Amino acid sequence: MSTVPSTPNHEIFDHSYLGKTASWVADWGKLILDTLVAFGAFSLFNLRTFRWMFTRLPRSETIWPNFYRVGVSSLPVVALTGTFIGMVLAVQSYFQFRQIGLETRLGAVINMTLVRELGPVLAATMLAGRVGSAMAAELGTMRVTEQIDALAAMGAHPLHYLVVPRFLACLFLIPTLTVMADFMGVAGGHFYGVTWLEIDIHHYWSNSIQAVTNFDLMVGLIKSVFFGAAIAMVSCYQGFNCDAGAEGVGRASTNSFVQSFVMILLLDLVLGIILDNFYFMFYPDGASFF
Amino acid sequence: MMIEQIMDEQQQPLVEIKGVSVSFENQHILRDVQLQIPAGETLVLLGESGCGKTVLMKTIIGLVHPNRGDVLFDGQDINRLNDQELSYLRLRFGFVFQNAALFDSMTIGQNVAFPLRQHGRFTSAQIRDMVIARLSEVGLPDSVVHKKPAELSGGMRKRVGLARALIMNPELIMYDEPTTGLDPIMSDVINELIIRTRRRNPVTSIVVTHDMNTARKVADRLVMLMPLSRLAPGESQIIFDGTPAELDSTRDRRVRQFVNGEAGERLMEMRGESPAEATETSHGSQS
Ligand SMILES: Nc1ncnc2c1ncn2[C@@H]1O[C@H](COP(=O)(O)OP(=O)(O)O)[C@@H](O)[C@H]1O
Ligand SMILES: [Mg+2]
Repeated sequence: MSTVPSTPNHEIFDHSYLGKTASWVADWGKLILDTLVAFGAFSLFNLRTFRWMFTRLPRSETIWPNFYRVGVSSLPVVALTGTFIGMVLAVQSYFQFRQIGLETRLGAVINMTLVRELGPVLAATMLAGRVGSAMAAELGTMRVTEQIDALAAMGAHPLHYLVVPRFLACLFLIPTLTVMADFMGVAGGHFYGVTWLEIDIHHYWSNSIQAVTNFDLMVGLIKSVFFGAAIAMVSCYQGFNCDAGAEGVGRASTNSFVQSFVMILLLDLVLGIILDNFYFMFYPDGASFF
Repeated sequence: MMIEQIMDEQQQPLVEIKGVSVSFENQHILRDVQLQIPAGETLVLLGESGCGKTVLMKTIIGLVHPNRGDVLFDGQDINRLNDQELSYLRLRFGFVFQNAALFDSMTIGQNVAFPLRQHGRFTSAQIRDMVIARLSEVGLPDSVVHKKPAELSGGMRKRVGLARALIMNPELIMYDEPTTGLDPIMSDVINELIIRTRRRNPVTSIVVTHDMNTARKVADRLVMLMPLSRLAPGESQIIFDGTPAELDSTRDRRVRQFVNGEAGERLMEMRGESPAEATETSHGSQS
């Protein structure tokens, strides 16, 4: 490879201004083209997986281990981080609210933030780090050691056998992780705010109930479903397109976390905007903490 | 006897490779390969590491898609089938992977039973008996059934891979270096197994091997593939196609050197290169 370097665009063109501009355009064109090709390949991967999902149900021996891994094994870590996030929120906002004498509004702020934003994002981040990157590494190893080829050679379809169960597990079980993160966060906030700082329990909760609606809970859960789908597809795609060797597997695993995380934040923004518009359809007066 | 049998069975070859070219990201591996394999034949595929033997076999079962050309199996164009038709057709193939490619999340028993569970309608007891019978055919005791692939030696894994490929009694079996890394006795066990499998049912086989013992013993016909980088432009990539007897009398120096294991002018080439380049090519040619 290294003995015959491919000719970069700037060597094809001369060094005049026109030539430089042309090479600049060509470099950008290549970048855009590569990105489009990668995006197209990822879309095709998703489409084919969806087609398999509706063609035939996955076999139960592929379903249960994945459901267990996503739903059960991830619960403790999600619960733990959720608790801490709830407490940290209470610590951070207490002094500001105290200065203006509104510490009883703390409940509304903490619980609203948790249910709409932090709960889903936290659960998804944990899932991407704990399960997503492991899936990418596992499928990557299977690709590198020809196990995926072997599956196909024996008439099983790798997308049906490997990707569909992982996708379904993430899709169906991430809402339960989110509920866990929400609940433990709320409990953590209550513990620090009410038990430790001795904010009046009645006002803490009546303010919360007033501010946080069922719709807010739904927003969080709807978002989480999209996060789960994105994590599963990004991780499986990275695994399936893993480069040879241990290095390739490591890269697939890292890439899957980084890309999942970017997708989570991007989806969070986009879905936040879209769902807010729905919110104002149902509650035209808008949200109010005070 | 073999020839008559082939003629009786059908006129059309079982596998037909028509002008197949394969490349990966600007690296050309196969160029315009033509090959016909009649039903019942045992074809041995020779060629140095990295010349594209594995890629050619993967093209035949549709794991690699050619950039140009067609692959026909029993008259059907592999690359025109949809996912489901293809997975149905693959029931008729057995593929022994170079490094076994056992599923390491499953036990040996589950590995060998995988094709049966995937397609067959057998009871657990039947599956168990078939698995044990196949394993003993490749010289493995019952006790391996509950082990994981990581607990076995490379040679044992290879034999498990063989048992797994044979369990559905496929029509076309492809062996990718089935004896590489086995001791001489075990190699001969595998040779006998290949021959026995063919004798028992009318199976077509493609065997990739570097072991000339195996090649001479099992082959009806031998084909030698040359890496594209060593060919003159326009020259066919298949530099030899004939019977074992013809192999011994061939005049092509490249084929004779390969068969006799002589480095010949390669040594000169290596000396001409800088040390850095030499190590790089030796890495690149591992397969
Ligand atoms: N999936 C792939 N992607 C990129 N290159 C590949 C792939 N599979 C094989 N190759 C390349 O094709 C060449 C031939 O490989 P292979 O068919 O495995 O050789 P061999 O004749 O030793 O079996 C090698 O240079 C290998 O690096
Ligand atoms: Mg090979």
